[in-house]
Amino acid sequence: MKDCLFQMRLKLLPLAILLLLAAPVFAQVPDQSGEASLEADTLQEEPQIPPPAPPEIVEIKDSDNDHGHSIDLEWELSPDDDGTGNYVTGYEIWRGEMVDGKIEFKLRRTVPYGVKIYTDRGDAAGGVDPLPNGKDYWYKIAAVADEDAKTESEVYGPVQATGEWFHTGKTPVAVAVLIFASFSVAFVIVAGGHIDMKQFFIMWPIIFVLIIWLVLLIRLAAGASVNALWFLYAIPGAIAGSLGLAVSIGAIGFLVGWFVWRTKGEETKLYVRPLSGINAVDEAIGRATEMGKPILYVLGLGTASDIATICSFTILGRVARRVADHQSSLMVPCYDPIVMTVAQEVVKNSYAEAGRPDAYDEDQVFFVTQSQFAYVAAVNGMMLRELPASNFYLGIFYAESLLLAETGSLAGSIQIAGTDQVAQLPFFIVACDYTLIGEELYAASAYLSGEPTLLGSLKAEDWGKAIFIVLVIVGVIAATVGWDQFIEAMTVRL
Amino acid sequence: MNPKTIKWIIFVIVLSAIVLSVYFVSLDRGSFRDGVFVTTAAFLTLFIMSFLYKDNPYYKFAEHLFVGVSAAYWMTMGFWGTMVPNLVAKLWPGSVRGVLPALADKDPSLWFLIPLFLGIVLLMRLSPKGGWISRWALAFIVGTTAGLNLIRYLRSDFIQQVNNTILPLVDKTEAGISFWGSFSNIFIFVGVLCGLVYFFFSKEHKGFFGGAARIGILVLMLTFGAGFGYTVMARISLLAGRMTYLFGDWLGLIK
Repeated sequence: MKDCLFQMRLKLLPLAILLLLAAPVFAQVPDQSGEASLEADTLQEEPQIPPPAPPEIVEIKDSDNDHGHSIDLEWELSPDDDGTGNYVTGYEIWRGEMVDGKIEFKLRRTVPYGVKIYTDRGDAAGGVDPLPNGKDYWYKIAAVADEDAKTESEVYGPVQATGEWFHTGKTPVAVAVLIFASFSVAFVIVAGGHIDMKQFFIMWPIIFVLIIWLVLLIRLAAGASVNALWFLYAIPGAIAGSLGLAVSIGAIGFLVGWFVWRTKGEETKLYVRPLSGINAVDEAIGRATEMGKPILYVLGLGTASDIATICSFTILGRVARRVADHQSSLMVPCYDPIVMTVAQEVVKNSYAEAGRPDAYDEDQVFFVTQSQFAYVAAVNGMMLRELPASNFYLGIFYAESLLLAETGSLAGSIQIAGTDQVAQLPFFIVACDYTLIGEELYAASAYLSGEPTLLGSLKAEDWGKAIFIVLVIVGVIAATVGWDQFIEAMTVRL
Repeated sequence: MNPKTIKWIIFVIVLSAIVLSVYFVSLDRGSFRDGVFVTTAAFLTLFIMSFLYKDNPYYKFAEHLFVGVSAAYWMTMGFWGTMVPNLVAKLWPGSVRGVLPALADKDPSLWFLIPLFLGIVLLMRLSPKGGWISRWALAFIVGTTAGLNLIRYLRSDFIQQVNNTILPLVDKTEAGISFWGSFSNIFIFVGVLCGLVYFFFSKEHKGFFGGAARIGILVLMLTFGAGFGYTVMARISLLAGRMTYLFGDWLGLIK
């Protein structure tokens, strides 16, 4: 019996060992289920953050006064956003695009609590986040309390980004340009001898309306919405009351203007007060001729597109013409290659007008360098070596103004300067014989050339100044009595 | 000047430059190469300053060196800083991979064929027969940029100036009316208006108008006087900078 029991034990031993080895494996099962249930118990025990109330989208629209590629979003804060960040921590902005008939949203940005505006500016094209104009977009905004506790607003859209042709914040500039342009055109006609001043006052409002009408047509042809044009037709609208009437007035005005222009042929001279610097030009050229020495003409450091340099070209033309007449010599060292090219053309034309194209030497107008002080060193050297009888410094000047003028003074030259650079004018005033201050340079070019376009522009500038004075007087009264609307209207928003 | 004398002067200059370079090194302020550069710059400064005495060969040498080097420098800068990134890289982006890798993967922009065309047209002036064509490019450059400048000037010199001149004639502060504040505002108001009157060209400066113009030019001259003093002080600081270079960086006399 004992043997039998022993044999049974022996038979059961492997089973027992097997069970013993397998015990941990089996033991895992109740353990695992135990842990899982423990975790579940823990989650149930922690208070879960409830999702906050959603924000409400107020408006999503294309950004104003830009070239497009930008959309403005505005929303009401979630009622649960108390501005502390304790509950609502921020807002997720999702932008959606239509893909295969379905809107696919992508997270654009997360903004902090309390923020209720956002401007979506994607890359114009080809970047990682393009926002091309004219494409439909949908937006939704989610109030976020936690990673798992967020509530989305309703989907808003579609919205498109579009560019605007006109910046409504720059309306005062647009009005100023229109007034100036119409004045210029009208005075150019007066200076051309087609009408007199009385007729000008009839012409000006007509031309003013015509220019606005033209701009309006261009804008409409470009597919503008009428809402974007309020500031353009506001002015003729004040006269005409509607776009249609403005167009009619423009058409009638054109006919009247054309009639006046055709019927009047009397020459009308615009008065320009004498400027001592201008009168000295002939004196300076005559002096150079008598002394048999050259004339040095410095166009400054400006580019060919600067107004002062353009005026200087006109004066250079006049000087070159007189130099050709008197058979003197001229030196025009240039800082800018384009300026040199234009100056060569100007001098060449002047020699041709004087009937001496053969006397024109292209080397009279030459390039030096585009380094400011190297240029000054070269011109100063020329002054002391060539000893020019007359020096002209007309254009844009910077720190070199006194260096040039002082050297010219040492060389005993008669000097005429002119610039619109306020900081350099004092140096020219102390070191030169005559100085054209700021706008006198512009006036000098108009006066010397006698061209209707320049004289008309000069007259228009005077009217611009008159308008400036009126605006300043009204503005100062407004500021003194606290009329803020006027000051607001004059403010340019960039 | 006698050529032999010039040779001697050059010899003395070169010798003194070497000696001073060695001196520079002896002060333990850099290598011999640094010393040569600093000494050369100092000598060129002195050559340019010699113009204060009169025109002389040293000034001529420095002037020609300065002009030549700067012209070459700006031409190179113009090519690599303007032509390559603004034209070549826009039209053939792949071609600038070696020099401007950031621009190499962009799409070509055919709009830049217009400036290329205008540039070629501008160069036509080198041709004796086709020179007149270059005027078209010039007209485009001058006309376009002048038109763009008109808007800029109107904004900055007209509208902005009107804004800045609109000041209350009576300057009210929390403590009451400020006398000097009011005086300043009135002075600006009157000064600006009279200054503008001076720049009326189509009306004779007579009577009341002439009186206002006279006040205007007085205001302008006061402004110029203040500007002169201010700018001269800035130039003095430039001179001080050069002196610091000569006596400090070069000779080590200023620590």
